[in-house]
Amino acid sequence: MSGVTIRDLGKAFPKEDGTATQALAGVSLEISDEEFVCLVGPSGCGKTTLLRIIAGLETATTGGVTVDGRAVTGPDPKRGMVFQEYSLFPWRRVIDNVAFGLEMKGVAKEERRRTADHYLELVGLSQFRDAYPFELSGGMRQRVAIARALANDPDVLLMDEPFGALDAQTRNRMQKELLSLWEQTKKTIVFVTHSVDEAVYLSDRIVVLSPRPGSIREIIEIPWPRPRDRTSAEFAEVRRRVLRMIDETENAH
Amino acid sequence: MNRQTQKRLLGIAALIVAAVIWQIVAEYVVGRSFILPSVTDVAGAFVNLLGSGTLLADITVSLEHFGIGLLAAFFLGVPIGILMGWFRVADFLLDPIIEILRPIPPLAWIPFAIIWFGLTTQAAGFVIFAGAFFPILTATYSGFRDVPKVFVEAGKVLGCDTSFELIRYVALPAAVPAIASGIRIAMGVGWMCLVAAEMFGVSRYGLGYQLWHNYYLHQMPNVVVYMLILGLAGLTIDRIFRNYVDGQLLRWRAGEVA
Repeated sequence: MSGVTIRDLGKAFPKEDGTATQALAGVSLEISDEEFVCLVGPSGCGKTTLLRIIAGLETATTGGVTVDGRAVTGPDPKRGMVFQEYSLFPWRRVIDNVAFGLEMKGVAKEERRRTADHYLELVGLSQFRDAYPFELSGGMRQRVAIARALANDPDVLLMDEPFGALDAQTRNRMQKELLSLWEQTKKTIVFVTHSVDEAVYLSDRIVVLSPRPGSIREIIEIPWPRPRDRTSAEFAEVRRRVLRMIDETENAH
Repeated sequence: MNRQTQKRLLGIAALIVAAVIWQIVAEYVVGRSFILPSVTDVAGAFVNLLGSGTLLADITVSLEHFGIGLLAAFFLGVPIGILMGWFRVADFLLDPIIEILRPIPPLAWIPFAIIWFGLTTQAAGFVIFAGAFFPILTATYSGFRDVPKVFVEAGKVLGCDTSFELIRYVALPAAVPAIASGIRIAMGVGWMCLVAAEMFGVSRYGLGYQLWHNYYLHQMPNVVVYMLILGLAGLTIDRIFRNYVDGQLLRWRAGEVA
């Protein structure tokens, strides 16, 4: 259904002097429908680049990505994206931000607002429907951004460190809410994060990338049921393993 | 007494003091109305001009010149600014031409304005256009250059798949504050050009025309009246524009420091 297949993917960014920086090389990954996958790794490992290639915002130099068997050639509302920076359109009210994708599809005003209201309710922000983004806190803005991506009913939800700018408490609450959204909407989620704790808490599988050139170092399955207990021994054990792995890949170069 | 009333009272007090000093200097230090008309001279001249009945015609004619120039500058400056700000090729093509034309002082266009349009309303409008066009163009251009990348990418992943859609729904709304401040600068330049443009007798009315006309007649109190009306007209239009933009177009910026 909504699986993502990444096959032998490579990405080189040309430099001024005519040479190229190899950001990703030989990345192959199979993400199944309704799966929650986190990409982690030291900075410079290309995890954001990988996500942007899946989104269609960057093009791969070699290899490619297919979603549901269709090759990714450019951005498409079927692959929703939530950015790290605040990306809500400040000139639109919350409701019209959420309805933006539907407006681009040509859905009539009444209907798109009804759909947008539904997703706003899902993220618990119905009472802010007529507010402008500047009136919202950071956490609320990201919830609206998630609702905006979901309103297009995408096959895959791509998230680029969406909670990176939030304080620890808000972040934990957002993680819990995201899991409940995921259970309700059954979307495939690919989630980039710096926080190993976040990855262990959220994902079915953690994909650890190593840098220069970015490639998959290891994939760790986490079969435990949710909600997970961050303070449990096994949680700490997996977290330690992943952190050590990231440390090694960083120091190996 | 709250801050607002305090501010207003102090402002009025300062105006009164300034008027009194002006009156004293004009009457007892300078002593010649030709060099420096006093407050009472100007007030008297104003009452006379009100009686003569041309003030309304002067204001109308000047607003017509101003309107032609500003509207032309807006309808050419914004689209060209959008083209140059959004499409690299348009930027590379047009930038050298713009860079050569832009430093030419707008008043240097007056000879050709007269040759091309004769002594007409359009000639005055053209000179004002020459002054107002570049501020609007450059503001639109940099407004488009400064659209945050994340907005454009968000637009793309949400389904804007043509440049037209990205401009219409993402870049243009994001650039409205920049364009609005470009228009305000253009209006200031426009009034400046208006006074010079009306100097050449493109019409028998107009605030700038009357200013020069009364100077030739050595009616200096009248000159001051027209100076003050020009200032007031500029101020009023700027206020109306700003209220409209802040209240209608930029409500979403209410939380930001302007």
